[in-house]
Amino acid sequence: MSIATSIKRPTAMLDVEAVRADFPILSQTVRGKKLVFLDSAASAQKPRTVIAAMSTTMETQYANVHRGLHWMSERTTDAYEGARDAAARLLNARAREEIVFVRNSTEAINLVAHSYGRGVMKPGQAVVISEMEHHSNIIPWQMLRDAHGTEMRVAKVTDAGELDQESLATHLADGKVGLVAITHMSNVLGTYTPAQRIAAMAHAAGAKVLFDGSQAAVHRVVDVQALDADFYVFTGHKLYGPTGIGVLWGRAELLEAMPPFMGGGEMISSVSFEHSTWAQVPHKFEAGTPAIVEGIGLAAAIAYVEAIGFEAISAHEAALTEHAIASLSAIPGVRILGRAQDRGGVVSFTLKGAHAHDVATLLDRQGIAVRAGHHCAEPLMHRFGVESTARASFGMYTTKSEIDALAEALERVREFFA
Amino acid sequence: MFDDLRELYQEVILDHGRAPRHGHRLAVFDTTAKGDNPMCGDRVQVWVRLDEMKRIAQTGFEARGCAISVASADLMAEAVAGRTSTEAKRLFADFATMVRTGNCPDCDAAMESLRVFAGVHEFPSRVKCATLPWHALTAALDGGQEVADD
Repeated sequence: MSIATSIKRPTAMLDVEAVRADFPILSQTVRGKKLVFLDSAASAQKPRTVIAAMSTTMETQYANVHRGLHWMSERTTDAYEGARDAAARLLNARAREEIVFVRNSTEAINLVAHSYGRGVMKPGQAVVISEMEHHSNIIPWQMLRDAHGTEMRVAKVTDAGELDQESLATHLADGKVGLVAITHMSNVLGTYTPAQRIAAMAHAAGAKVLFDGSQAAVHRVVDVQALDADFYVFTGHKLYGPTGIGVLWGRAELLEAMPPFMGGGEMISSVSFEHSTWAQVPHKFEAGTPAIVEGIGLAAAIAYVEAIGFEAISAHEAALTEHAIASLSAIPGVRILGRAQDRGGVVSFTLKGAHAHDVATLLDRQGIAVRAGHHCAEPLMHRFGVESTARASFGMYTTKSEIDALAEALERVREFFA
Repeated sequence: MFDDLRELYQEVILDHGRAPRHGHRLAVFDTTAKGDNPMCGDRVQVWVRLDEMKRIAQTGFEARGCAISVASADLMAEAVAGRTSTEAKRLFADFATMVRTGNCPDCDAAMESLRVFAGVHEFPSRVKCATLPWHALTAALDGGQEVADD
């Protein structure tokens, strides 16, 4: 089946030039050439509204949150807590209290591995991940395994780069699995995993399910209730927001049953040297002064994405991805990793006779920014028999002509190394 | 289009990167070590055979990396042949200075075959590609162990 079959008919068009005008950095030149930024999956650029929200906060209404009995603190608290409402809306959470602010997806997964893995799961239970996980959804479970005696199982990925559901079913069969932790969209292959189906399979086997939405939440609507998820994580900086702020969403009853992750200020109800009690969810998991300005920036980013609309974003990026796959496939020696039917705007490729780092350096000289390396997914590289790949990834501001520029530049790279 | 890149990817580098002469493990060796750059995934293992005077008789390597790192390993293997451990390390110190700065004020004739790497200094993210095999060689000469670059 071709990629085109997975594209929904656009009902809302995205005005890419208008979008680009909102991102000041896109008018920069690199090495005397117009910047072609194809590395949004690593970290996205920021629209002016995000930059303004953060600088306005620091210039006009900044103080610490949740504790000041003064105007500045109250205003800042309102703005910061507004980010919790925005994140709850973005994910369609049942309640704003289900949104826990963390630094990034990595911290969110570590929080679950610690507080759910050690605090709720029993030694001898298992966690199932997949072959296409980012290291951030591998290492926390290895650490849990080594510290707590939890088994770590790995569901296979098919040659097309899709989750092997039979493999997942096999791992779930003995009923020992406490948690399935799987990406919602691969940062290497672009594959969307069938989250609803995975959740149903996990629940039928008595397991909870966590989705790493670092990539997916940027590109399409995520409805945690419709997915029937138990945990969902994403990070702000890939969603056109600032670094240092991310979200863990969890079902309220799960979060309430979990012990805290880190101790300190903000997360307590009462403290004495003999005994302390914890604050209510979500503050129980938010020790210390949070990333206040970044939270406010995230709220602005979510508002921006919502204003553009995921329908328009998804349709735009699907068209770009289809174009990229067709253009790059036409270049002799280019191999694209993964041919998933349901995929997003991430295209990893190798070029025969040239290492990915050399490819990236030559593209960079032409003003084109791509990522090269193992993409924090070494096991997946092994699965596909490659050492590294170059990766072009798209955002809402990416244009068709930028993909053409990539394809033309790649032709020149090929000639250079021929 | 790529005139400035010819400084980095000199013909010699492209040639040795494509078809290394010493890109194989040694059947008989005295010491070996691995070098690893976890950030980019480059990996190299170096094997060294010494002669009765404790000079480097032969160096072989297996590398997983870019043209710069493979060519650097290959030209290193040639440049250190016949040298003592101390001399090889001295050469690495000069080489490291050259790839970081583009200059090598103290370099002597021993550096001649390695001067093709001087252009690397204009690509800061690629300096480690050139130095990784040397780190592995140093580790091998120091008794053999795994090293992480820098």
